[in-house]
This record gives sequence, structure tokens and C-alpha cells, in this order.
Amino acid sequence: MAANSLAEASHARVIDLSETSLRDLNQALHDIGRGSNARSWEVLNPGGSHAVAVGIEQPVSIDVRGSVGYYCGGMNQQATITVHGSAGPGVGENMMSGTIFVKGDASQYAGATGRGGLLVIEGNASSRCGISMKGIDIVVRGNIGHMSAFMAQSGNLVVLGDAGDALGDSIYEARLFVRGKVKSLGADCIEKEMRPEHLELLRNLLDRAGITDAEPQEFKRYGSARKLYNFHIDNVDAY
Amino acid sequence: MCGIVGLFLKDKSLEPQLGAMLSKMLISLTDRGPDSAGIAIYGKEDGHSAKLTVRSQNPEEDFRNLAEDLSERLGTDVAIARHSTHAVLEMPAEDLDRAREALGVVRPDVRILSAGNTIEIYKEVGLPESVVQRFRLEEMKGTHGIGHTRMATESAVTTMGAHPFSTGPDQCLVHNGSLSNHNNLRRELIREGMRFETENDTEVAAAYLSASMAKGKNLEEALEGGLKDLDGFYTFVVGTKSGFGVVRDPVACKPAVLAETDRYVAFGTEYRALVSLPGIDNARIWEPEPSTVYFWEH
Repeated sequence: MAANSLAEASHARVIDLSETSLRDLNQALHDIGRGSNARSWEVLNPGGSHAVAVGIEQPVSIDVRGSVGYYCGGMNQQATITVHGSAGPGVGENMMSGTIFVKGDASQYAGATGRGGLLVIEGNASSRCGISMKGIDIVVRGNIGHMSAFMAQSGNLVVLGDAGDALGDSIYEARLFVRGKVKSLGADCIEKEMRPEHLELLRNLLDRAGITDAEPQEFKRYGSARKLYNFHIDNVDAY
Repeated sequence: MCGIVGLFLKDKSLEPQLGAMLSKMLISLTDRGPDSAGIAIYGKEDGHSAKLTVRSQNPEEDFRNLAEDLSERLGTDVAIARHSTHAVLEMPAEDLDRAREALGVVRPDVRILSAGNTIEIYKEVGLPESVVQRFRLEEMKGTHGIGHTRMATESAVTTMGAHPFSTGPDQCLVHNGSLSNHNNLRRELIREGMRFETENDTEVAAAYLSASMAKGKNLEEALEGGLKDLDGFYTFVVGTKSGFGVVRDPVACKPAVLAETDRYVAFGTEYRALVSLPGIDNARIWEPEPSTVYFWEH
């Protein structure tokens, strides 16, 4: 009954994972055709399930009511996924486009290897957030854990809270913006000057993430010192 | 992989349901560890008795008249409660060490899984659900308990290689991960007089902690020493008579989730393991920090 009344209220298709298998949920989401009217979906009782709403290719909106396990929204293209709870490891892993909002916290390697789109975590993200990111934008309202943005190649990571140890270790060309404290920077990651184009970029990212209580000027920018790009004889002991 | 669950009850009214709650949590992590499963459960201390949990490959033969044989040899009353391949032997606390020795004489093939005042350990190969049913874990009561589902990497899939491992009185340890310096550490601990039942890396970590505590460290100090001396990947959950502790290695790639309400503290390798707990929607849920020792005590 509850599920039906929710569906009527929001006109969303409702799938209850306490009754429907995860495979059926993901198959239904993959079967959404281009131009389909099924634009809005609601997933109930996820119960920490793995791989909820992975590989979605259509610009639909999916509201997940509860906490999810590993890899929620992985490989996402175009869809807007909102997790009304916390997310396990690898949320939005390798996402290509679209938007994922996590209302709670996210576990390890949120947005890992992501190539595009926007991942917004309203709580904290734990270790390795944005590891090997390749174009994704990640905005974290809380703190991020150690080894975040390790080998990050491109895209933007915005953190309103603090960052843990070894931020941006071996970073390539991703941009990191942190408002709070950074416990330590990883190898070849340095603080960089905040130029007007960065302030503008940051303003845009905060707007897209729906964050109205932070100003771009409050952040510091970090990025690559570009000392690890080429073989350097003085570093021979480190190889 | 591997899955760990742990439950430390603050609300005494939940104690009769400890086994049922832990069983549900354990079964939810079947796909993280289908090789074997085990549970350590801590009951009430009565102040005068101690118990041994023992395991036999031939329980019919070994457990027949075992209590009588031990009673006769020790000159004191020994009670036995059989649970499939396991049995819990209960005797006056002052006779515990003598009972261990006597067991080696009257039933040399029977292995001891745990010894202490309140701990009982049940573990077997097979799916968590079949282990739960075999020992009727759902009916067990207690103050706190730890469970483990194993996907073996470092040693064979055997009952003795299943977790929890107990290497000291009322102590136990479960592990998700793998240690890389366990062979060396085992040799050092053997020199210090520790005895090992298996080739398993986790047993070395358990013995390391027991040896540290035998030298006078408390559990927290022993775990902090472990951060320096144990090399590898680990999330450990440790049980003692009075409580349980959690520690993750500095890299912390082995997952861990803690939940706390005013009724309990719960550990799960994943959030999935916690969803069956009462009031979980309003619990404080967080991931334990790397290189940080957490401990709850009654």
C-alpha cells in the first residue's frame, strides 16, 4: 500500500527491493527505451545491496530510499541518481555523465576512475575518494579520507571539509579544491594559486551541487607539481 | 574477501536474542565468505566455573563418556554439553589448566577451540547458514559475540583454519585480510612459548595479542603494538571477556562499518550485515579510522 501511494504521489515507477530482485531492478532500468515516459523511478528497501542502478544510459531520475552497498550508480550515463542514505565503496565508479547525489556518507573510492558527470556527497567520503579520476566532478560537503585523488588525471574534486593524509599523491591534471585543513599532501601534489578562472569554475561547481553556504574564495587549490611526469635522475632511488 | 560481524549488547533485554541477531548478520555475509563460518559467543560469568570448547572429527566416539573420564582423572565434576562436532566442557575454574592437560591424555585427537570463563567458539566448514543450523546458534544467549565468514587465501579450508581463533583465556580474534610477515612472527612467538594449531596467518595475529597481554599489556596496548609489528592488510575484531575491539591497518582497504545505538554497538564488514538490527535506521553509523583502536567494555 505504501509503495502504491508513493507511486501515485510522485508518478514514479516504484521498485521495492524487499520484493523484487536486484537483477530485475537493474534489468528494468536498462530496458528504459529512448523517449520512454518512465522518467522517474523510486527504489525502496535497498538494504545495503550492491550494484544498485548501475550502467543506466537514459536521462531518468532514480531516488533510492535507504543505504546502498558497493558500486551504486557505477558507469552511470545521463541518469540522476539520489541515494537518500549512505553509500558503500565505489559509488559512481567510472561514471561517464549524469549526476549522483548521496545524502549521507560515502565509503572508500567514491567516484573512482570517473570520466564525467557530477557526484555530490553531502556527508563525508572515506579513503581514496576520486582515485584515478578522469574527468568527473566530485563535490563533498564533509571531509574526505586518506589517499584521495591518488593518480587523479582530470576533473575537479571539491571538499568543503578537511582532507586526510596524502591528498593527490602522484596527481596528474585534476584540480583539487579544499576549504578545510589538509592533513598532508601526497608526492608531487602542491598548493597552487587560485586564479579568476578557478574561482569561476568553483562557483559553477558549487551551484551545480546546490551548495549556497560556501564561497569560492574560502578554498585553496592543489594540483600537480609535474615533477613526476618525466624520468629525473635525482629521483632514481624512488623508482 | 571474508565477512566479519560483531555485536556488543548494552541493553540486557537483548541478551536472549544475541545468537539470533548474530546469526542473521552472519548469513547476510555469505557471499563474502562461503568456505567456512564461525562464531565466538560470550555468556554470563558465574564466578566459579570455567569452560573449554572442544572439537572432534569423531564426536560419537570421542564425546561418549568424555565427562566421566575427565571427572575421574581430575577428581572433580565435569559437565558436557554436546553441539554436533563440538562440545562445551564445564568444570570448576581452578581446574581449567588441569582439564586441558587431562583432555590431551584421555582424548588426544580432540582439539581445543577456546578456554575461559565465558567464551564458547563454534566453527565449521560450509556455508554460514549450515553452520548456524548445525550448532543452533540462533538459540544462544550472551552479552557479546563475534562472527566470521571465510573466503580462504592464506591457508587451507579446514575447521581449524576457520575463524575465530582463540589463543588466550576468553580471547578471540577474527580477521579480514592477509598478513605478510606471519611466518617470521610465528617463529618468534614459538620461541616465546606460544603454541599453534594451524599454518593460518590470523592465528599468528591472535597469538601475538595473547602473548602481549600475557606480558601485562591491556588489549588496547596490545592492538597498538600490532599496528607496528603486524605487516599486511587487516581489519581485526577482537573479543575478550568484557568486550570487543576493532582495529584497521594504516591503508584500511578492508572494509568496516560500525553502528551504535543506546542498545548495542555493532560491527559489520558491510552495512548489509547491520540492516536486520533493531533501530538501525536511527543508529550512529561510521567507518572506523585507519590505525585507530576502538574498544567497548561492559
